[in-house]
Amino acid sequence: MSPSPEAIAVGVILFVVIAAYALFGGADFGGGIWDLLAGSVEHGAKPRWLIDEAITPVWEANHVWLIFVLVLLWTAFPTAFAAIMTALFVPLSLSLLGIVLRGVGFAFRHTAQRLRMEQLTGALFAASSLITPFFMGTVVGAVVTGQVPVHPAGNVLAAWTSPTAILTGFLFVAACAYVSAVFLVPEALQRGHQDLTHYFAVRATAAGLVTGALAGGTFAELSTSAPHVFTRLTGIALPLVAVSIAAGIAVLCMIWLRWYHPLGLRVVAAIAVAAVVWGWGLAQYPYLFPTSLLLAAGSAPTASLVTEFVVTGLAILLVAPGFVLLYLLQQRRVLTAAETDADLRMAADLEPAGVGQVAVAPPPFGARMTTALVLTMLAIRAIRDLFSARGRR
Amino acid sequence: MGAMVHVLAASPVPARSQMGSSLGFHIILACFGVAFAAVTMTAEWIGIKRGDAAALLLARRWSKVMAVLVAVGAVSGTVLSYEMGLLWPGLMGRFGAVIGLPFSVEGIFFFLEAIFVGVYLYGWQRLPPWVHWWSGMPIVVAGILGAISVVAANSWMNSPAGYTLSHGKITQVNPVAVYFNTSTPYETTHMLLAAYMVTGFLVAGVYAAGLLRGRRDRYHRLGFAIPFTIAGIAAPLQVMMGDVVARFISQNQPVKFAAMEYIPRTRRDAPEWLGGILIHGHVYFGAAIPAFDSMLVGFSPRTRVIGWDSVPADQRPPLPTLIHLSFDLMVGMGLFLFALAAWQGWWWWFHRRLLVTPWFLVPAALGGVAAVTAMEAGWVVTEVGRQPWIVYHVLLVSNAVTPAGGVSVTLWVVLVLYGVLTVVSIGVPMIMSRRWRRGVAAEEQAEQVPYGPSPADAGPAQGVPRASAGGPAA
Repeated sequence: MSPSPEAIAVGVILFVVIAAYALFGGADFGGGIWDLLAGSVEHGAKPRWLIDEAITPVWEANHVWLIFVLVLLWTAFPTAFAAIMTALFVPLSLSLLGIVLRGVGFAFRHTAQRLRMEQLTGALFAASSLITPFFMGTVVGAVVTGQVPVHPAGNVLAAWTSPTAILTGFLFVAACAYVSAVFLVPEALQRGHQDLTHYFAVRATAAGLVTGALAGGTFAELSTSAPHVFTRLTGIALPLVAVSIAAGIAVLCMIWLRWYHPLGLRVVAAIAVAAVVWGWGLAQYPYLFPTSLLLAAGSAPTASLVTEFVVTGLAILLVAPGFVLLYLLQQRRVLTAAETDADLRMAADLEPAGVGQVAVAPPPFGARMTTALVLTMLAIRAIRDLFSARGRR
Repeated sequence: MGAMVHVLAASPVPARSQMGSSLGFHIILACFGVAFAAVTMTAEWIGIKRGDAAALLLARRWSKVMAVLVAVGAVSGTVLSYEMGLLWPGLMGRFGAVIGLPFSVEGIFFFLEAIFVGVYLYGWQRLPPWVHWWSGMPIVVAGILGAISVVAANSWMNSPAGYTLSHGKITQVNPVAVYFNTSTPYETTHMLLAAYMVTGFLVAGVYAAGLLRGRRDRYHRLGFAIPFTIAGIAAPLQVMMGDVVARFISQNQPVKFAAMEYIPRTRRDAPEWLGGILIHGHVYFGAAIPAFDSMLVGFSPRTRVIGWDSVPADQRPPLPTLIHLSFDLMVGMGLFLFALAAWQGWWWWFHRRLLVTPWFLVPAALGGVAAVTAMEAGWVVTEVGRQPWIVYHVLLVSNAVTPAGGVSVTLWVVLVLYGVLTVVSIGVPMIMSRRWRRGVAAEEQAEQVPYGPSPADAGPAQGVPRASAGGPAA
């Protein structure tokens, strides 16, 4: 039973989106990791500032990639989705916890700069940047090694605590740090900070070497834990693996030679990540779960697959112009004619209260009566609700 | 205690509670995602049209609050998409290919919305006024269409359609029939109006509180009048729509309707119960209007209303008291808000002035809470009323719930996290408003929100690390 072309097409889309998430989401998480490692408050202020500047415009968009992955997975490959979500309940819940904590830390840091909690939220943000990629890595490791049963009866702890899965977890963390550091090098350069450029170049090199070592370890581990995937990785998917390795080395060379071409550096690093993700996809083919669930057996009816295809097309058609517009606006200077908030405030506050309206203090008696009335009503409602709750039991 | 936890873990109750609390939280933020842009753009329209600085300032500040709320909403939305699988693998594994379709469509609109919130925020000082106004339009449209898509998924669970099942496996899917199932027009309209009411009354409530404290300038009066007007227009429509929806449910899901109205046995001259607690088949503490329920359903006291005895006991929704009281609460709050809007409308019609007596402002300040209560109660009615089915007459909740242990743990984690998220989504705008009132212009200009431009590129180029304010851990 060979998979339908529609299933393959949606599978391809899925892996393109996963690669995008690995890249952009990965850079995002990596930023948090470098934030965590930036050291003391004074010492780390500058790199933290750069990370903040670079992540802010994009951090939200990265949730969209993840949601897209989930929606594609559950619509196109529902059996696999349900099995993963059941067997890997624990690591998925923990990665979700990381996402939420990150969002909370980030939202607070940005809007409430004066808050005492800032240090706590900063730590929250950084720590959750470790949790999420690590546990997502263990999930991928569990799927690759075929340890997720098609119809799990509950949690399968062994699936995501195998050496391969744990190694994959560490690999994901290292890869995030690597991508992020590489992306931050040109960011620092464009803002004219030589010291920060050097700072992140050193870290990109270190993270690159660690990632390479972990990737090698995972690869060796796969030979015993996932023979099907290993065979295809060294067979049909070998070109992609080679491209990824070559791109990884090229990035390191560019950094050693201090050739910080902003676009070149980013694109080559992106190729290194995307190629390995696609290599993984190709190596798993024709299985959703290697050797237990075939793509053909686990995919949705054709109409659903076609709809996903159309939805993706529409998304590109509708969203792309929006992205272009946003990008153009970000590049554009502030219009001089536009009022600043301060001008508006001046104009608004100078304006007297409108016609026929005199600012009088509310009559205290009426207000007090109303408050009392409302409070009484609330009390009655609360009592009634409590009473009915007791009545239910 | 240990035994109780065990019993809970074996039943779908923790999963249902977790999903319920997640949805109940997310839906409030989602309302802002759907309707806040329209409120903001109305203010901007007035500001541009009349050269009104107060209205423009309101619009600009609201857009920042909108960004914070949409950002928190994106996080809680991510939680929900995970939970669909983590809690209900039995639903997603069997029907993912069907119910996933409206969610996919929603994905496009959420994407669009997030991008155009960014465009709108960046555009404030970079686009000419009317161009900027139009750049907000996609947020309004995407908000509405996105809401329709998500609610369509819920409607499908009430009126499953558009698929062929053979040997327990979905073999054919008709996406259009899935999306436009029988419940879709009713549920989506009801929810869209609710979103406008919740947003309008909540925002208006903030400024009503300001007016009560004696801040009676044009800024506060506009800040009250604009959202209140929008919500006030939605309120009477919602009362009518609610009536239509209830009649639809009496036909489409008669057992749910029976629980809503305390109709144990199928009968004519069915009474309408106001309040009341059902204990052992008897209603205590309630007032019954004879034959009025039959009147409401079929415009005649002789209308036959189906009772829950029409199905076996194991197919009836649990907790009829909860369903009925939630229904009454929703209707009561809806009528209260309608009355509030009518009062203000009357005053405006005859006096052309804003009604600012505390007798009106105190309930108006609480209008937002009332609207949220009504919406939450409404969701309790539709969700608990659908039990024990997750897909009506097709799949039982108990067959959809995850067999994985640990939901009773995640439930508590989720509750704590939502507590924190609530603090964020109320606390951050509050801190912002305090900063606005303090009146240091530079602070407001330098304010940074998710999606928005960073202070460095909003003002003249600075490019220097903000050692004190910008350092993350400073």
